[in-house]
Amino acid sequence: MGDLFVLAISCIFINNILLAQFLGNCPFLGTSKKMETAVGMAMAVVFVLVLAGLITWVLDIYLLKAFNLEYLRTVSFILVIASLVQFVEMFLKKSIPGLYAGLGIFLPLITTNCAVMGVCLINIKEEYTFVEAAVSSFAYAVGFGLALILFAGVRERINLARVPKPLQDTSIGLVTAGIIALTFMSFKGMV
Amino acid sequence: MIPALLFMLGIGAVCGIVLSLSSKVFYVYEDPRIALVENNLAAANCGGCGHAGCSAAAQAVVSGLAKPSVCVISNQEGVEAVAKIMGVDAGAAESLLSYNMCEGGNRADDKFHYMGVSSCKAMAAVYGGKRVCNVGCLGLGDCVKACQFNAVKLGADGYPVVDDDKCVGCGACQQACPKDIIKVTTLSEQLMKFNQEQDALAPCAQTCPAEINIPKYINQIRAGKYKEAVQTIRMRNPLPLACGRVCPHPCENDCRRGIEDEPVSINQLKRFASDFEMNSGSRIPIKCAPDTGKKVAVIGGGPAGLSCAFFLRRIGHQVDIFDAMPELGGIIRYGIPEYRLPKKVLAWEIQGILDLGIKSFTNVRFGTDFGLGSLMASGYNAVFLGIGAWEDYSLGIEGEDLDGCFKGIDFLARFSRGEKIKLGRTAAVVGGGNSAIDCVRTLLRLGLEKVYIVYRRTRNEMPANEVEIVASEEEGIEFIFLAAPTKVIADDKGKVAQLEYLKMELGEPDASGRRRPVPIEGSETLLDVEMVISAIGQSPDASFKKQDTLPRMADLELTRWNTIDNDPAILQSSIPYIFTGGDSATGPALVVDAIGSGRRAARSIDLFLKGEKVEPVENSLQKKRIPESIFTKVPGVQKSARSKMPEIPVAQRLDSMIEVDLVLPEDAALKEAQRCLNCCRICYNPDTGFPMAGTS
Repeated sequence: MGDLFVLAISCIFINNILLAQFLGNCPFLGTSKKMETAVGMAMAVVFVLVLAGLITWVLDIYLLKAFNLEYLRTVSFILVIASLVQFVEMFLKKSIPGLYAGLGIFLPLITTNCAVMGVCLINIKEEYTFVEAAVSSFAYAVGFGLALILFAGVRERINLARVPKPLQDTSIGLVTAGIIALTFMSFKGMV
Repeated sequence: MIPALLFMLGIGAVCGIVLSLSSKVFYVYEDPRIALVENNLAAANCGGCGHAGCSAAAQAVVSGLAKPSVCVISNQEGVEAVAKIMGVDAGAAESLLSYNMCEGGNRADDKFHYMGVSSCKAMAAVYGGKRVCNVGCLGLGDCVKACQFNAVKLGADGYPVVDDDKCVGCGACQQACPKDIIKVTTLSEQLMKFNQEQDALAPCAQTCPAEINIPKYINQIRAGKYKEAVQTIRMRNPLPLACGRVCPHPCENDCRRGIEDEPVSINQLKRFASDFEMNSGSRIPIKCAPDTGKKVAVIGGGPAGLSCAFFLRRIGHQVDIFDAMPELGGIIRYGIPEYRLPKKVLAWEIQGILDLGIKSFTNVRFGTDFGLGSLMASGYNAVFLGIGAWEDYSLGIEGEDLDGCFKGIDFLARFSRGEKIKLGRTAAVVGGGNSAIDCVRTLLRLGLEKVYIVYRRTRNEMPANEVEIVASEEEGIEFIFLAAPTKVIADDKGKVAQLEYLKMELGEPDASGRRRPVPIEGSETLLDVEMVISAIGQSPDASFKKQDTLPRMADLELTRWNTIDNDPAILQSSIPYIFTGGDSATGPALVVDAIGSGRRAARSIDLFLKGEKVEPVENSLQKKRIPESIFTKVPGVQKSARSKMPEIPVAQRLDSMIEVDLVLPEDAALKEAQRCLNCCRICYNPDTGFPMAGTS
């Protein structure tokens, strides 16, 4: 249990998928202009990442490893994650319309998100057990959401500040992301 | 190799089968129109429309939250295709353009200094912004940043200026603005805009019953853009030539310069601009919205009917005007004499309105030649009833029907139609309003030796326009004030010989605050006259109601003054598809009132035709003023004389019906336009040159 907690902490803070591994930068910059969209995106990522992490783990252990087809890992993961997201979208639309309305447009955006792919591959590389893979997927997703929401908050404030013209919008966004990443480095050595 | 192929095939097949099965199992009914609409959008997913991609925009269109013209890249064909799918009028495909509502800008004073804020949104969060004007532009350019098409620029005056050619009407600027300064609207929406409490309006624009943007057109005149000035006026008033001649300009009473100096001669400037168009020999094209396919009958071709027809036509409805008289114009043709409003000028103006594609049918009287039933059978979707007030009140005294007695409007109309009327040598006109003055001045021009005005109060209480009273004094009319006619006395041939009246004195003030005239016992006086014309007011002629045999007509309610009962905010009568306006709704009033109500009725008719609820304008400023915009003193004004209206000398006027008042020459008009302080809600340009805000 303690190990799982340590794993979760390390995934959320120390190895934060956005600010330490620098994966998933497109939604990080794209959906962080408004708090509203950032929250929607964060929720969608938590939802999809847990499902994708688990299903790719099962795929890897029971099919790829079993038949010595590890070299097909990346391409098969892409296919499975994309189908999974489509499936989840249809399922939610029918069964849980409320949640569908909330996650709405963000679900298809994650179909080709490198953060999702990255976490799935990390799960395999680190040789996690099923439970560990579940915890790490969830924790990475929470880390993603945390960073995104923090960043959106900062960017909303920056909108109201005086920024030199050449640095406006995405430029200042990247500078800010760098500084937030630096602060996250201070979590190193915590575990 | 083989296992890899098999594996990929297998995993692909599983994914495919699962997805296709689940699309069956988890099928949710979706309006098929969403997909159709999406196919007709530009599919660029640019987000320019403000929706999250094209499918979200399509959904918004189908659920009625967006118009078919939502797509900012789509061309007219695409918009029409979407409109067709949605089964709505292509009229909704009218293009949107962005407009700035504030003209105060940098002139507005700062209420505090706060450095370091670079956006309007942030500034608005600090006590609503640093400027004293709480509705005006903050000037930090959030709209400029929001515009992806480079169409909005911050002008030198500190408020945004929109480049119509670049604007695509995406609405990003409107969303970015925390103050409602910049609005994205269609031509129809602009034409149907009414003054609201939160608008940035100068006192004159609030006062004008037609709600013309007065500072804007004066500014355009000042810049030499006379045609643009006429276009500005035509956004609110289809009869600037007529109004420029006969309007008693209530706007000038509230002119801010008038508090310290003489008011700006607003009406003369309107006349200058509209005369410029007429004399230029070519008409300025008038833009209309695409056709909606709806048909409206306008009964009565007077100012209210013409205004209603003009605005309905401009927002895309088909309009036909029916009038009982041989020519259109109503009371301004038949009740206002040639020397005030030449028929040639009026005909030119009316032709411009008809040129928009309005058909007119004259010499047909409502109730006699046609009725509500025949209109409905001809497929009219709504009716505007603007029949005016043509029935003169009678004096109710003995001898009123003698040979030589006439009624005011009846007399003027008969004369205008060219009827030969047997005149006497002397005449008394009873009444103190504009019709009475029109009668006396007309009689004088017809060669009468002596013409009297008999009025029961004094000059101060006369409701006629001051300029008209002055002109008739100059022309030698004799005024008999404080006189109430009691009897018309005939000679032995049964013709009018004398008018007997009772002298009055002013007593205690009545409810209206005016001192009530009280008769002096035994003060009967005789006045030798050969004609008596009573011009003491009119009411609508409601005989159509009895003549029209359609049972539905019984539902039309009239007031006890014979006006058509209506809600003044929406002008709808007791029959939902009949709307009214002008004198037939209010009783005798100003031309400009009729024009304003014609437009207000057009708005209600438009809502009615769209199937929407006919509701009053929200926060309407109708007949109200914005308290903070009404000052008691105006610092920074230096006295400068008002341009004098040129007029024909008295000696030359009286032997013909030639127009008396002349238009301002161009240099005088430009000088007069310079006198305008270009006011907005609370700011203005003082003569002293320092931008400063007013103090109320």
